[in-house]
Amino acid sequence: MNHDKNIDLPYIALKVRKRILKIIYQAKGGHTGGSLSSVDILTSLYFGVLNIDPANPGKTDRDRFIMSKGHSAESLYCILAEAGFIDDALLDTYGKFNSRLAGHPTNKIPGIELNSGALGHGLPVGVGMALAARMNKSKSRVFVLMGDGEQGEGSIYEAAMAANHYKLDNLIAIIDRNHLQISGNTEEVMSLESIRSRWEAFGWHVIECDGHNFNELNHTFQSIPVVPGKPHLVIARTIKGKGVSFMENQAKWHHGVPTKEQLEIALSELDESINLIKST
Amino acid sequence: MSPIPCRQAFTDTLTELAKSDKDIVVVTSDARGSVTLTGFAQELPDQFVEVGIAEQNAIGISAGLASCGKKTFVGGPACFYSTRSLEQVKVDVAYSQNPVKIIGVSGGVSYGALGSTHHSLHDIAVMRTFPGLHIVLPCDVAQTVALTRQLVNYPYPVYVRMGRGAVPDVYKTSDPFFVIGKSITLHDGNDLTIIGTGETVFHCLEAATELEKYGVAARVIDMHTLKPLDVEAIKKAVAETRSIITVEEHSIFGGLGAAVAEIIVQYRPVPMKIIGIPDENAINGSPVEIFNHYGLTKENIVNEALKLTELTNINK
Repeated sequence: MNHDKNIDLPYIALKVRKRILKIIYQAKGGHTGGSLSSVDILTSLYFGVLNIDPANPGKTDRDRFIMSKGHSAESLYCILAEAGFIDDALLDTYGKFNSRLAGHPTNKIPGIELNSGALGHGLPVGVGMALAARMNKSKSRVFVLMGDGEQGEGSIYEAAMAANHYKLDNLIAIIDRNHLQISGNTEEVMSLESIRSRWEAFGWHVIECDGHNFNELNHTFQSIPVVPGKPHLVIARTIKGKGVSFMENQAKWHHGVPTKEQLEIALSELDESINLIKST
Repeated sequence: MSPIPCRQAFTDTLTELAKSDKDIVVVTSDARGSVTLTGFAQELPDQFVEVGIAEQNAIGISAGLASCGKKTFVGGPACFYSTRSLEQVKVDVAYSQNPVKIIGVSGGVSYGALGSTHHSLHDIAVMRTFPGLHIVLPCDVAQTVALTRQLVNYPYPVYVRMGRGAVPDVYKTSDPFFVIGKSITLHDGNDLTIIGTGETVFHCLEAATELEKYGVAARVIDMHTLKPLDVEAIKKAVAETRSIITVEEHSIFGGLGAAVAEIIVQYRPVPMKIIGIPDENAINGSPVEIFNHYGLTKENIVNEALKLTELTNINK
């Protein structure tokens, strides 16, 4: 899907944020903070970067996207609906008995490549997909979105080694760097910094960007590979709970569920933001 | 006795198939020697992925390859793939239904005196609980060859466990009947049924021959596939014979015996004996010494069969 109207992306992202909050509210459960922090990354990927086709989600030469931070399922589901992979009405079943939409992503849903939710799994699978693309002489690229708290999982570094060993410049890992995990600040729970030097030591080319700025996100993703022969890591600086004033930078909104009143306030804030971009 | 172990038969077969099928890919974790993949790596380097000592990564990478259409085999010691990388097997392979073929070599107590770190006496128990993951234990070279051929285009993920050493031939033909999920009755009889899997099948068959001297007609079933289990063959055995013995190179918990018991207690309970490794870290010794110690032998199977036969005759 190629969409060069970057002007639309902020609007799409705001719509998706509203939808996320609605489905979490109706389900009485979900991962609010990390879903909101990852929305702009997903919007950039699904509406301007990924070579994918909602009419043919299984096409062999497609780019692969893996939501390794599977707990942000709500943002993935809402993006897939917005991009036309699933019906919007399906979102209304989220959290209901026997819904096709599980609390973490499954590949029974068109557009989802891997069942995720257990952390540290996406990058190894992404390495396999990137190797397969090379073997198949395909131009397919593989994008893996990880959380920053997820960086504690050792299996990530096994994959980081292998990606460097095999010089997989068709593999792009992204860290949703919102600085919060379920128990609090990432640096207090288990120090991650310097993420950049850690990944550079593993042989990766590291790019940092504003994870809420579409110009930066699009430019970053479209310019890869910057260094041929190297896997690339994008550290996307984000805000957990982005877009809703009282959810931003609050660990308690990791899986907080809004009350009816909170939902209405949040939706009105997002509507204000939509009005703002429409008027400019 | 065949001059080569099952793992070598697997590799030889797969190497030949892979020469004409470039979608066949083999992944390993510094275990090319253990699996006998050195030749494959040299002959078909573009179809070989070495990941180093990183079993979690090996399974994850294999899932990624398989999801892109590669006919993916990942091979290494059964003890590590069934433990270190268990979550990757559960999520990336079984739950995600990526049709990876996991080849666990040197399974059971093949590593003998190396100790419990290297034994896999829990693998069937844990793998059996993952929906959508099939499990096969070939018993000899000919069956391993037949299995390998079927695995290439088999659409489901499979965990295969085979041993380290060369084993006696159970099947005397080079191309024996073999279909994943269909057990094979190797010896007819209606007094009792002895069910084995993997390397114990040979001992079950020897026991049945010995039991003929006692006038006991034992049915022997090669239950090479533990999932999907051949339920009909078990029900038939329960209906037509009076007791069941299972023999496995595995904990007595959760393996072949448990799988068979789960069927019969809900269908038609009959006296049963589960022969396997008891709930302890297996004693140090060679595989043969360990088999002897725990009674995975013709002699012990015969003794247990005679006890069950006496019991069922009294109860008749």
